[in-house]
Amino acid sequence: MKGFLLRRVLQIVPTLLVVAIIVFLITRIMPGNPAAVLLGPQASVEDIEAYAQQLGLNDPIISQFFQYIINLITFDFGNSLTYNQPVITLLIERFPNTILLALSALVIAMVIGVPAGIIAAKRQNSFIDYLVTTFSLVGVSMPIFWLGLMLVLFFSVNLGWLPATGMGSFDDGLWAGLRHLILPSIALATIPAAEFARIIRSSMLEVVSQDYIKAARSKGVHEFFVICKHGLKNALTPLLTVIGLQFSNLLGGAVLTETIFSWPGMGLLIVDAIERRDYMVVQSTVLFIAIIYVVINLIVDILYKVVNPKVNLDTGGGK
Amino acid sequence: MGEELLRVEDLFVEFKTGSIVTKAINGVSFSLHQNETLGIVGESGSGKSVTASAAMRLIPNPPGRITSGSIVYKGQDISQLNESKMRKLRGNEMSMIFQDPTTSLNPVFTVGHQLMESIRIHKNLSKREAKQESLRMLELVGIPAAKQRLKMYPHEFSGGMRQRVMIAIALSCQPQLLIADEPTTALDVTVQAQILALMKDLQREFGMAIMMITHDLGVVWETCDSIIVMYAGQVMERGSVRQVYDKPLHPYTWGLLDSQIASDQNSQEVLPAIPGSPPDLSFDVQGCPFADRCPYVEEICRESKPARVAIEDGHEVACHFQTDTSELTRKEEANIGASATGS
Ligand SMILES: Nc1ncnc2c1ncn2[C@@H]1O[C@H](COP(=O)(O)OP(=O)(O)O)[C@@H](O)[C@H]1O
Ligand SMILES: [Mg+2]
Repeated sequence: MKGFLLRRVLQIVPTLLVVAIIVFLITRIMPGNPAAVLLGPQASVEDIEAYAQQLGLNDPIISQFFQYIINLITFDFGNSLTYNQPVITLLIERFPNTILLALSALVIAMVIGVPAGIIAAKRQNSFIDYLVTTFSLVGVSMPIFWLGLMLVLFFSVNLGWLPATGMGSFDDGLWAGLRHLILPSIALATIPAAEFARIIRSSMLEVVSQDYIKAARSKGVHEFFVICKHGLKNALTPLLTVIGLQFSNLLGGAVLTETIFSWPGMGLLIVDAIERRDYMVVQSTVLFIAIIYVVINLIVDILYKVVNPKVNLDTGGGK
Repeated sequence: MGEELLRVEDLFVEFKTGSIVTKAINGVSFSLHQNETLGIVGESGSGKSVTASAAMRLIPNPPGRITSGSIVYKGQDISQLNESKMRKLRGNEMSMIFQDPTTSLNPVFTVGHQLMESIRIHKNLSKREAKQESLRMLELVGIPAAKQRLKMYPHEFSGGMRQRVMIAIALSCQPQLLIADEPTTALDVTVQAQILALMKDLQREFGMAIMMITHDLGVVWETCDSIIVMYAGQVMERGSVRQVYDKPLHPYTWGLLDSQIASDQNSQEVLPAIPGSPPDLSFDVQGCPFADRCPYVEEICRESKPARVAIEDGHEVACHFQTDTSELTRKEEANIGASATGS
């Protein structure tokens, strides 16, 4: 287990380096001069040029890149040009909001998707099975953008039940916090809920025909525990992979969802920063998301071992 | 032999997949007494496992369904008994072991957990006491270092050891009836003998009845008191092992015996047992289901289904030509008698 952990942590370094290089290059390829955007349309060419010089934007790309990497190694994520703050401060402020949104969506997706998949498998080829199968087919290909707008149109504009944009504070009471959270997290939960239902259905179908399920029944185990204990724990390995993947996708989906619902998370931060050509914010936020991504994948790998004792993670008999 | 423990009467089981109805069991009857070992033999697909599952009401529904017949356990018809009452019987009064011990233990729970689960469902024991009991059971089935073994997962056991664990689980509540569905088929020959010996030992100790499903007639001769020979979901012949061994009556039984002898001699696994293949159970069979493969087939065999006739006390056969010692029997007797002594 120790050897495995060390190896996995070391594998993370090149992954992040590649992400850093790509996002650095993309921001430089983007058309538009940050100095011009910052100074506004009234600024003269000389002013813009002087400002760009001051910001270090005229340095050779290579030296800009090395400066960026050196900063990263010392955990310096740079400063935002538009917010006049270190990027790390922005991230610390925005990160919990994104996590709140992503976790809410994950919880909704599990609460809906997992039981739906179990019931569909238990009643294979019944009406409810067709319903779940159809939902999961439609769900995985649902465009979040469109779904988000439909939700706003229906629940905010037509019914007036829930706010269309922004974020409430839980300090003002549970409902004040929740009412803003509901629509964006439902929009974000749709794809993973569909995916969970599909995965759980297919792995449960495989599991329930196994001998050990029949053996559990022959011991007098209640059907509920036969399915939800003996069955589900075996069906969990594929689910874990998908949860890991989906949580990473949720972070990506959050960018879109946050834009639709003006949810002040990292997604909105990136989109705003791109519009303002705030290079440092874009680079560091993307890198930060990449870090979360690899850490989640690492956690999933470790959980595998916990759920499935047969998985040997390192060659030295992982115990 | 003790009192009657289980009596299955005129059992019919169907499986419905889509619009196809497979009539897997078609009027099976047999009975089993306390301490008795009943062998159920027949080619694969003849309905042995379905019969066993039906006895514990474990036919998966859908697609399966017991369409008629009764299953009388200790004088009570359990064929319509509700689930919660059935659960009290399963694992407690009757339990089951399976063909492949690599798949019949749950891979994600420790052996100790799976043993204790059964004990704690049926007995009012504390966790500590249940653990003690599990330990005792593991020792009883001959697993060394039982205490450490309790904490291990099934994949850390060999095939034979896993089957021992399955037996320990099945017997943990001292059931009256043990159903063993090809318990040694997946094991090495030497391990097979050990497992069979263990089952016989434990049977003596616990005083239970065993339903021994197998397609190995050798296992039946060694372990069973009586035997039913199944084909296409029907009982073709039944009797005591001695009766069937001394005087097999049905041409299908002869065929099984012949192929057994051949496989003993060649020690080659796959043999062209009886030429032809069993009928498709999704179509109605008019006459005798064995007619198409029977070397002695006559017109009447395809037209009407033979009734079950008792030839001697407890020895029954379903064949049109076995109502008396016909020419058929005499012709075949010499053949079987000679080879049976050789096995
Ligand atoms: N779950 C099932 N679904 C459909 N058909 C089944 C099912 N289980 C058994 N059958 C049918 O019942 C018949 C008898 O099967 P089985 O009892 O398993 O034979 P065996 O004598 O080899 O144990 C087979 O023809 C099989 O097609
Ligand atoms: Mg079978």
